[in-house]
Amino acid sequence: MFSKTQTLCLTIFFGCFVVFLYGPVLSIILLAFQGPEGGLTFPMRGVSLHWFEELWRGLGVVDISRGLRRSLFLGILVMIFTVVLSLCAGLAFRKKFRGSGVLFYLTIASLIIPSIAISLGIALQFRLLDETIKWLGQTFEIQWIINDFQTSMGLVASGLGTHLTWTLPFGLLIMFAVFNRFNPSYEEAARDLGATPWQTFWGVVFPLIAPALVGVALFGFTLSYDELARSSQALGSVNTLPLELRGLTTTVTNPSIYALGAVTTGVSFLVIGLSLALFWALRRKTGANR
Amino acid sequence: MVKPNSSSILAVPFALVLALFFVLPLLLVVVVSFWDYTEYSLIPDLILMNYEELFYGCFDWNEGLCTTFATYLSTFKYVFLTWFLTLGIGFGVALYLVFCVQSLKMQIVLFLVCTIPFWTSNVIRMISWIPLLGRNGIVNTGLMSMGIIDEPIEWLLYSGFSVTLGFVHLYSLFMVVPIFNSMAKIDRSLIEAAKDSGASAWQIITNIIIPLSRSGIMIGSIFVITIVVGDFITIGVLGGQQIASVGKIIYVEMSYLQFPAAAANAVVLVSITLLMVAAMMRIVNVRKEL
Repeated sequence: MFSKTQTLCLTIFFGCFVVFLYGPVLSIILLAFQGPEGGLTFPMRGVSLHWFEELWRGLGVVDISRGLRRSLFLGILVMIFTVVLSLCAGLAFRKKFRGSGVLFYLTIASLIIPSIAISLGIALQFRLLDETIKWLGQTFEIQWIINDFQTSMGLVASGLGTHLTWTLPFGLLIMFAVFNRFNPSYEEAARDLGATPWQTFWGVVFPLIAPALVGVALFGFTLSYDELARSSQALGSVNTLPLELRGLTTTVTNPSIYALGAVTTGVSFLVIGLSLALFWALRRKTGANR
Repeated sequence: MVKPNSSSILAVPFALVLALFFVLPLLLVVVVSFWDYTEYSLIPDLILMNYEELFYGCFDWNEGLCTTFATYLSTFKYVFLTWFLTLGIGFGVALYLVFCVQSLKMQIVLFLVCTIPFWTSNVIRMISWIPLLGRNGIVNTGLMSMGIIDEPIEWLLYSGFSVTLGFVHLYSLFMVVPIFNSMAKIDRSLIEAAKDSGASAWQIITNIIIPLSRSGIMIGSIFVITIVVGDFITIGVLGGQQIASVGKIIYVEMSYLQFPAAAANAVVLVSITLLMVAAMMRIVNVRKEL
C-alpha cells in the first residue's frame, strides 16, 4: 500500500526505534567491561573484567548474591504458580460459569490498578496480621510468639502473593488467546474414540497448548524476576535484586552497578532464549499448522 | 472434556489468590483510609481527617493550586506526554511491521525484537540512560565536540525530559503489541479496494487503518495510562527526586508509616484510574479482542 519512499521512511523509523530500545542497555553493558579507571560515562577507559570482580566481592553493605538468589527462587516459584493457576482458570473459562464475568473483570483490574496501591494494601494486610498474631500471643501467653515472632511478611507469603497479582492476569489473557483459537474437534475426536477426560487432556489438549504454556512460564518468571513497584513495600526486610538495584542507583557511583546490570540482563536473555527455543521445539513437535 | 459446569472448580485457586492478595488488600486500603494514626500505630476509627488533609486548601480558589491538585496536574502532564508519544511510536512501528514487512518469518523476528526488552529489568533500562544523558554523557560530549553547544545541557538528566524519555522507552511496547495485534487482523482486500479506488496512503491510514485498529489503540492506551499514573520508580530514578507524582507521595507517606494518609491518597488515585479506564472500556470490548 505504500510507495517506495514511504516504505523507506517507515523502515528508518523502525530502525531508530530499535536503536532507541536497545542502544542504552548496550551502552551500559559495554561500560561494564571497562578498565579499573573507568567512570560512569563514555569514553571507555581500557577493557577488563575489573568491575565484575568488584561486584563479586560485594558492593558495600548490600549482599548482591543473596538478592539474586532470592529473585531466582521467587521467580521460579511464581512461574510454577502462574502456569498451573492460569492453565486451570483458562480451562474453566472455556465454559461460562457463575461469577466468570466478575472474575474476568477482577483479573483486568489486578493488571491496571496502580501497583503502589496494591503494594500499600499488602503491606497493611500483613501489618494487621502481625499485630493480630502478637496480640493473640500476648493474650494466650504463647511463648514462641512473645519471644521470636517478628513478621509474617516474607518471600513466600507476601512476596509470592504480590507477584501473582501481576503475573496471573498475563497468564490468563494468554490462555484466553489460546483457547479462543483452539479447535475443539480434536477433543471431540478423542472422546468419540473412547478417551477419558483425563486422557483427552494429557494426550490431546496439553501437547497442543504446551508452546503457549512456555509463554506463560516466560511471563511468570521474567515479570517476577524484574518486579519492583509492587514488591517495594510488600516484602518486609528481605530485598530482591531489583529492590537492591534501585537502592544502589543512589549510592554506587562506579561501573560495578553496570556490571550488575549486565549480569541481570544476561540472566533475562538466557531465560528468554531458553523459552523461545523450547517454544519452537514444542511447536515443531505438534506441527505448526494445526 | 469434564462434565458440564463442573470445570468451573478449576478457577477456584486462581480466584482465591486474587481474593486474598488483591481484593482483600484493596478493601483494607479503603477501610484504613478512615482510620486515625500516631507516629507508630494505627487506630481503628471512622474519620474523614485523612481526606480533609489531602484536600486541604483545594477548594479555596484564592489560595492558588493546593499541593494535591498540583501533584495530580504534574502526574497527568507525564501521563499525557507519555501516552501521546508512545501512541505515535506504537502506531508507526505496528504500521511498519504489518504493512511493510512481507514475509511472516521476518514479521515474527522483528516483533520479537520489539518484545524482548519487555522481559528484561526496568530498573536497568532506566539506569542505562545515565551514561547517555549525564553532564559528561555521550549526548553532551558529542554536542560539545561538534561545537553546537559550549557547556553541557543540564536539563537532559534528572529532569522532566529524562522522565518522559524513560517512560516512552519503557512502555512504548505496550502500544506496539496491541496495535500490531488489531492491525494484523485487518482484511487486506479492504486496502486493495481503497487503493484501486484511488485512495492515497494517508487516506487509507485515516479512513481504514485507524478506525479498524481502534481497539488495539484503546488497550495500549489503558496499559500506558494506568502504569504511568501510579508511577513512583521511574520518576524517582530519572527525575532526581525533584519531580512530584501521586505515586511518590503515597510511597513517601508509607515510609513515614503514615498508612491512613497513604491509603486516602491511594483511594483517590485508584478511583480516578478506574473512572478513566471505565470511560475507555466503553469504546472497546476487551474480551472480544483476545
